Amino acid sequence: MSEKEIKNLEEIFEQRIANDEKIEPKDWMPEKYRKTHIRQISQHAHSEIVGMLPEGNWITRAPSLRRKAALLAKVQDEAGHGLYLYSACETLGISREELYEQLHTGKAKYSSIFNYPTVTWADIGAIGWLVDGAAIINQVPLCNTSFGPYARAMVRVCKEESFHQRQGYEIMLTLSKGTPEQKALAQDALNRWWWPSLMMFGPTDAESVHTEQSMKWKLKRKTNDELRQQFIDQTVPQADLLGLTVPDPDLKWNEDRGSYDFGAIDWDEFWQVVKGHGPCNKERMNARVSAWENGAWVRDAAVAYADKQAKAKEVAQAS
Amino acid sequence: MEHQSLYQYLLSLGDNALILGQRLGELCGHGPSLETDIACTNIALDLLGQTRSCFQYASKQLDGKTEDDVAFLRKENEYTNVLLVEQPNNDFAFVITRQYFFDVYQLMLMEWLSANSADETIKAIANKAVKEARYHRRFSSDWMLRLGDGTEESHQRLLDAVEALWPYTQEFFVPSEAEAWAASAGIGPDLTSFKAAYYNDVEALLEQATVPVPENPYFQKGGKQGRHTEHMGYLLADLQYMQRTYPNMTW
Amino acid sequence: MEKKNWPLWEVFVRSKNGLEHRHFGSLHAADATMALENARDVYTRRNEGVSIWVVESKHITASNPENHGELFEPAQDKVYRHPTFYDLPDEVKHM
Repeated sequence: MSEKEIKNLEEIFEQRIANDEKIEPKDWMPEKYRKTHIRQISQHAHSEIVGMLPEGNWITRAPSLRRKAALLAKVQDEAGHGLYLYSACETLGISREELYEQLHTGKAKYSSIFNYPTVTWADIGAIGWLVDGAAIINQVPLCNTSFGPYARAMVRVCKEESFHQRQGYEIMLTLSKGTPEQKALAQDALNRWWWPSLMMFGPTDAESVHTEQSMKWKLKRKTNDELRQQFIDQTVPQADLLGLTVPDPDLKWNEDRGSYDFGAIDWDEFWQVVKGHGPCNKERMNARVSAWENGAWVRDAAVAYADKQAKAKEVAQAS
Repeated sequence: MEHQSLYQYLLSLGDNALILGQRLGELCGHGPSLETDIACTNIALDLLGQTRSCFQYASKQLDGKTEDDVAFLRKENEYTNVLLVEQPNNDFAFVITRQYFFDVYQLMLMEWLSANSADETIKAIANKAVKEARYHRRFSSDWMLRLGDGTEESHQRLLDAVEALWPYTQEFFVPSEAEAWAASAGIGPDLTSFKAAYYNDVEALLEQATVPVPENPYFQKGGKQGRHTEHMGYLLADLQYMQRTYPNMTW
Repeated sequence: MEKKNWPLWEVFVRSKNGLEHRHFGSLHAADATMALENARDVYTRRNEGVSIWVVESKHITASNPENHGELFEPAQDKVYRHPTFYDLPDEVKHM
């Protein structure tokens, strides 16, 4: 194809997206669109399966049978969401094994929030309330993104995630209505998860490299800062309802803006964790890599068995 | 007295599901593929559901107790699960073999209870559980075949798991006091009558999986009487951690 | 042995009797039995289905979007296939 023809195709392509048409895997697409989507969808998928680890950490220690069942179901949903997203990514011509390879070698990123430790039961509440709350704000607009398989996966994910945040908030509610000791657990969890949750929306708009292109392709509908503000505005009243204090002395309602003003985010910490030096980056990666490596013989066995069965069937049919 | 016997019998039903569910819960996020993670969690959730049904009913036999008191606040020697289900997740072959050995028994038990139990509540619990158990058994049998007749390595690992877990299979068929009471009251089966059919099924599947039936005639028991293996204390330390650290609170 | 990965399967679920099987998504499995079991575990955990089909993705032959014009546009002007093409007096109801 000549450069001019490609240019022409690109224009038609961008026009289709502008008209709210969906792009499907076999449609022509610019290489950059493919690569950006592989990066974003896989990063999203990786976040789901790495996200299973900090919460999975508390399945065996959940304080009641009801909480145990809810947590198990939630972590299982995350596995399911990872699976939907890997499948969506695979339609772009990359295999799940390649995607894992990128994760395991550190080439691909996942949400940094999962590099923080879950040290008390209240952390499970805080993750559901804050982390899933932030994730929902990020994810809901993706149900309308331009790439069909991603949009469809997100519709399913969002539908299933609706119970996750409620599950977390209910834990926080029970703790804050409980004994002073329980309330202290809840406050401590909020103290530790508040700032990392704000960082989940990514760098400030001034620093963000992908925003403009992502807007055009409907990978984003609002900027990082807008989403962060939305999260703060909706979460602060929920903290008030719990009787907990958001750990930000500069937080105050701004009548003119109709929003909360908030204090400075520690971006040094953000970049430290992104670069692989958070409290649990190594543990998380080790857990993923060893699950994959220790499972190799199981996956091989299943393939070998399937091959034998297929051959036996052939022989039976031939005779 | 009858309350006490019924309570003990419900513990025997619920404890197996609780402890095996706890073991499966440890695996979540660490399995060989996303798909197997999801499958094992489904089984854990089913077992946890069975546990809750049994313990909710059990707690009604004792005034002022909840399902969580029953699940979390007993001493090790008051748990009456069979030794098999507390065995650790050494590798996926252990996970599958433990599951399979349990599923064959559990399906027979639930089939009997759902058809015959004189206790309507137990009958209803079993009615739901029987469908779950049927699926679990199908899942674990399929994997027994894949591992047994897969690669050399998987065959060897399955062989090791079968050898290691085999001695824990006979305990199912040695009735505890509570199980004997249930049988005499028509609430539960005569477990000794399951034994022949159980080993017929298991041996047939092992043959299909190309794994020889272990010849070891020495069996372990004691779980039903609260005498557990060394693994149990650690399992309970996790299970009970919150309830023991923060007693008398609502979660 | 050469490393072989579990192939990709497409999953179709009938949500309830009377409805068609609809494409729900995909998954990886070593064989059809596993694919069916995984599909049950992955795609019907919230009671979404009564029947499942699985087919290995490589067995699906798909039309090529580049042929969109010749494949689908000829149907666009066959307006007489649609009921609104025919003018009937308002007195004729329910036809």
